[in-house]
Amino acid sequence: MALLQISEPGMSTAPHQHRLAVGIDLGTTNSLVATVRNGISVVLNDENGRAMLPSVVRYLADGGVAVGEAAQTMQSEDAANTIVSVKRFMGRGLKDVGEISRLPYRFADAPSSGQAASPFATSGGSGQGSGMLQLRTVAGIKSPVEVSAEILKVLRSRAEAALGGELVGAVITVPAYFDDAQRQATKDAARLAGLNVLRLLNEPTAAAIAYGLDNAAEGVYAVYDLGGGTFDISILRLSRGVFEVLAANGDSALGGDDFDHRIHCWLLEKNRLSALGPRDTRLLLTHARAAKEQLTEHAEARITAVLSTGEMIDSVLTRSEFHAMSQNLVQRTLQPLRRALRDAKLDIADIKGVVMVGGATRMPQVQHAVGEFFGQTPLTNLDPDKVVALGAAIQANLLAGNRSGDDWLLLDVIPLSLGIETMGGLVEKIIPRNSTIPTARAQEFTTFKDGQTAMSIHVAQGERELVSDCRSLAKFELRGIPAMVAGAARIRVTFQVDADGLLNVSAREMGSGIEAAIAVKPSYGLSDAEITRMLQESTQHAQGDMQARALREQQTEAGQLLEAVQHALEQDGGLLDQAGRTQIEIRMGALRDTLHLADHLSIKRAVIALNDATVGFAQARMDKSVARALAGRNISELDEK
Amino acid sequence: MQLSSFDFQQNHFQLFGLAQSYRIDAAQLEQQYRALQAQVHPDKSAHLPDAEQRLSMQRATLVNEAYRTLNNPLRRARYLLSLHGVDIQEENNTMMPLDFLTAQMEWREAVSEAQQARDAAALAQLETRMKLETREFEAQLAVKIDTEKDYAAAAGLVRKLRFMEKLAEEIHAAYDAIDL
Repeated sequence: MALLQISEPGMSTAPHQHRLAVGIDLGTTNSLVATVRNGISVVLNDENGRAMLPSVVRYLADGGVAVGEAAQTMQSEDAANTIVSVKRFMGRGLKDVGEISRLPYRFADAPSSGQAASPFATSGGSGQGSGMLQLRTVAGIKSPVEVSAEILKVLRSRAEAALGGELVGAVITVPAYFDDAQRQATKDAARLAGLNVLRLLNEPTAAAIAYGLDNAAEGVYAVYDLGGGTFDISILRLSRGVFEVLAANGDSALGGDDFDHRIHCWLLEKNRLSALGPRDTRLLLTHARAAKEQLTEHAEARITAVLSTGEMIDSVLTRSEFHAMSQNLVQRTLQPLRRALRDAKLDIADIKGVVMVGGATRMPQVQHAVGEFFGQTPLTNLDPDKVVALGAAIQANLLAGNRSGDDWLLLDVIPLSLGIETMGGLVEKIIPRNSTIPTARAQEFTTFKDGQTAMSIHVAQGERELVSDCRSLAKFELRGIPAMVAGAARIRVTFQVDADGLLNVSAREMGSGIEAAIAVKPSYGLSDAEITRMLQESTQHAQGDMQARALREQQTEAGQLLEAVQHALEQDGGLLDQAGRTQIEIRMGALRDTLHLADHLSIKRAVIALNDATVGFAQARMDKSVARALAGRNISELDEK
Repeated sequence: MQLSSFDFQQNHFQLFGLAQSYRIDAAQLEQQYRALQAQVHPDKSAHLPDAEQRLSMQRATLVNEAYRTLNNPLRRARYLLSLHGVDIQEENNTMMPLDFLTAQMEWREAVSEAQQARDAAALAQLETRMKLETREFEAQLAVKIDTEKDYAAAAGLVRKLRFMEKLAEEIHAAYDAIDL
């Protein structure tokens, strides 16, 4: 593209070696992808100019998959095969999902995955209960990891088409309050989508980076992040290029969805409805969400819908009714605020600003409650839907090695304590919450019987005293301990939490020095074998994906060319005669016409034709720009260059 | 600091270039901590091969652990005494002065009463008193370790501070319990 290569003399014409990296906000309701282009973080839109990809995946009988808007429009019609808010199921078992009866899905409880055997024999697999839940669809049983991977694949190809190359990696954001199982599931999904995960980044931290760098903020800030399905509060100290998370808290099962459900229940009650089918349930939820959004700007919202029974729903919801029915949801976010402040050893007066993140913070009652709590108006000058993706992109750019000279340092924490089960079903904390990561702690164990050669260790995460009230992460067995008298064997177990907030456990018998490492993912994770199978299955659809990708790439290139030519015409149109200008405009029109065809070859031909027509124009612009740069300089100055 | 000179064998004080004493310059500790993390944090090596990422994680883990230890008065004292080869006997030496134990009992009862009465103001008062007393023990600790080098007496103070830490945890938990 000759026209794009014009730049001021003295500036490099070729883009410097830039490693392509993106930030992905894998949200409960919507997902976004962003990147740093020319030093500025931008959200990448789809070919229709939309930034947000609805986090909705529909499975078709022929094995095909629809993601985003296409899936969303069918969510009532084909509710059982159209997975909405899959993030709520990540790393979760059936018993963790409270609202199962009101969800239109067919669930399957998965057996917990096995654990690979390793030398000094650790054998995992959770003894109690089950692994991550699964969903029965028309295309077979799907795990939430696979569903999430479909969303990530779409964002990945959107990014690769827009950036014109393969990504070196991605930063994927997760709620700060996600536990180990939920984080591991997210990382597995990214792997399944063919993404190299540079880092799992906490959503409020990502927002703080975007806000902090943009505003050169210094001081202690709170980030209040109420998303579609999760709530996070993070307290950070920003000082001289260091973003230090002091405390994180939250509720990983509280979000905008719950406000929809309140309206949904109100609709059922008001219209004396009971036991709706999947289709009607989804229909009413969709209307509930629309009403919720409308009440942000309006005093009341009218909800009209026709159920599959032919019954007509026509109800008016006022803002004050909505505020009353959702008041305790808003209140539920305040307790984590108080806890985070206490953990950070800070008072409300220490908080310099409150950054609002997540679409649900648009609700006036939320802004009001947060403002009242902190005694200051929350900062809402950022787009609450985009700020997380923008921050993730900035961090991805840094992690990919695209240094800009003004590096910053991010010190994040583990949100929930890690511990092991001790006598009587109690938990002994090994790594306390809000420890700065990466971190490690070692604990020594011994045998309590003569000749004992095995012992089991149960790792749990959470703040409660009883192991049954915490999240079980893994149970594993250390085998092959040399037979000795009771208390003689010394087994040192090391718990390492990496910068993604993921736990790894390794064990060493101190006498023999035999070592074993156990990645902690059995209770709710996927085994490597399962991921391999999923990868194989997904390559079956790869052919279609490639064609779609070529089309998107051509569309992107065409769009960029059209924009560049248009810009050149506006700036230097005077360099052309009427005939030359008409020639270019005709070919621009022809190229625009091909954009609607789903045929990348036609687009390519039209791109070449337009490029050919602009060669002379580009030359004339080049001459003009060189002449402008040379004006006022003498020969000796130029020689020195 | 050059990464090549990163020495896993250094003690925590050496790591931050601090004199080995109980009294430390907190501002200098924090500044050194940040400077070190700016070098070794895994975010700095995310684009490098796996082996370097792992090394980076180990270094950053150590720096975090060292900072966590030195930044907290009780942990710092414990660590210093262990460098001097002193066995603090925190787990098995329960020989505490009677008046100290009685005071502890009274503290606990007061916290538990405040929790039951859901009296946040009472908790705040207890917290203030607890902090004052803790600071008093810490001041004594500085004298015993840095000035008198009386490590046996210091070990006794560490054991007392452990009680105070437990008390602080209970007050914290009581706040959480009240705030349902």
